[in-house]
Amino acid sequence: MKNYLFLLLLVAVPLKAEIYNIGDLDLKAQHGKVVYLDFWASWCKPCRESFPWMNGLVKKYPAKDFTVITVNLDADSEAMHIFLDQMPANFDVYHDPSGQLAEQFQLEGMPTSYLISPTGEVVKRHIGFYTRDIERYEHEIEELL
Amino acid sequence: MKTAIRWLLIAGLLAASGCSSLGVKPWERDLLAREDMLMNADALDLAYDEHIYFSKEASSGGQGFAGGGCGCN
Repeated sequence: MKNYLFLLLLVAVPLKAEIYNIGDLDLKAQHGKVVYLDFWASWCKPCRESFPWMNGLVKKYPAKDFTVITVNLDADSEAMHIFLDQMPANFDVYHDPSGQLAEQFQLEGMPTSYLISPTGEVVKRHIGFYTRDIERYEHEIEELL
Repeated sequence: MKTAIRWLLIAGLLAASGCSSLGVKPWERDLLAREDMLMNADALDLAYDEHIYFSKEASSGGQGFAGGGCGCN
């Protein structure tokens, strides 16, 4: 009986985002999958709006073909944790407090996301997040799947 | 004379490169967007100052950020 209760508890706890250091991010390991790479921060409002949609993406497309990887750019990790408590994510978050990867990608706005093909090419870049463009974003993903 | 020109050229190049990294990157705006980074944290006082400022300068917005913003517009 006790075991069952424990299992129930496990099921009841929602899936939480794993937080890694940016140094652990290996995009090459994702070859063979379509990757939606999103840069966000806790202070950026459109980023907050994109979260429910990205959570939905993870559920919508098969995990073996598609993955959402996000990079958080908060200098203060506390702000990131508070955000994730309010807005749970079911995808992995890589914390880049010094903007190392952001510098590499030369982001022009927040949020910025990249759609990466199974061969590792950046196919599309979205600057900002607009709910009115969701259909287009999904269409772009489906074209690659 | 020639060395003077050379030094002037070097000084000019150094001065020019000094401006190459001006400004804040879009992902670095978090600290600037904080409320306590405003020029004046008192809303009423700020609104009053801003009103005078943009009335005089014919510029709207004036000083400070209106929140985080995505920096994409």
